Amino acid sequence: MAIKVLIVDDSKLARIVAAKALGTLQPEWDRVEAGNADEALARLAGGGIDVALLDYNMPGRDGLVLATEIRALYPDMPIAIITANAQDEVIERARAANAAFVMKPVTTESLRAFVSGAALRLRSAAR
Amino acid sequence: MTPPELLLTELELDALTELVNIGVSNAATSLRKMLREEVLLSVPAIEIANHAKAATLISQREGDHLVAVRQAFTGALNGRALLIFPEANGLELVRAVTGEYVSPQEAAAMEDEALAETGNVILNSCLSSMANMLRRSLTMSLPQVVRGEGTELLRTAEGREAGLVLFFYINFVARDRSIRGYIAMLMDLPSLSALKLLVTDFIERVMGDDFGQDG
Repeated sequence: MAIKVLIVDDSKLARIVAAKALGTLQPEWDRVEAGNADEALARLAGGGIDVALLDYNMPGRDGLVLATEIRALYPDMPIAIITANAQDEVIERARAANAAFVMKPVTTESLRAFVSGAALRLRSAAR
Repeated sequence: MTPPELLLTELELDALTELVNIGVSNAATSLRKMLREEVLLSVPAIEIANHAKAATLISQREGDHLVAVRQAFTGALNGRALLIFPEANGLELVRAVTGEYVSPQEAAAMEDEALAETGNVILNSCLSSMANMLRRSLTMSLPQVVRGEGTELLRTAEGREAGLVLFFYINFVARDRSIRGYIAMLMDLPSLSALKLLVTDFIERVMGDDFGQDG
């Protein structure tokens, strides 16, 4: 079954850009989108999500809070926090939630390391 | 007041907000280095308003005793960016940035100069990242320290305050210090069609095929 990625960002444009970069790197992966944390959790509860890309600065709960919530539910899911806010504390909190840090604006280059790592982890978990 | 969605499409507004959001996140990263404390940001608020309304919005949230570092930008986009604090916070920021290097008396004496320099770093980091994403250059004026209420902060020498502006507003607070403030950005709207073109170009580029290679 194809790997399914959840893209969470309040900006539709940012979701499109992330989806496009992802599509270039892993054209066969499926993509679903959510505009905020609650929508994201509802999508996850629906099942079938393998990877999560989370914007940091969103109305309501931010991406780091959401990452912690997702991590509690899915201990092994590859998660990335996407932001131009590269403060040490933000990077540390991403690390504490065992999430990767990806700089905005998202490009295939900035996303490549995370996506390769996620693909590797999912392959070895499936074995 | 005109709702922004009457003048710009949802996706154009979304793109502009995302540009500002990335710019401000870069600015917070710079401020973090200067304060050595984490800086928390709000989600940008956006409105289309005239200057009087924008000034009222600033004063409503912060009161009348404000100090701001203001920089005008011209080029692909025209407008002003402001770093605004409650006046009592200005000296606190200078102390936080200069740290142990200067005495409290020296910090007070150099308050305006230090504010201008701090504002310059923060606003430039915001504006230059936006310019890079738009692939256009923006010319930034020298930073100016202004004091007073909202109207004073927005008054320009050229008297450009007649028209409508796209008004972005983000508040920030340092996690461990009593420093809080606001980044406000006003983009002039005399040429909405030029702005729409620029945003359309940006949207096409980030969604287009070449973005992954050179973006």
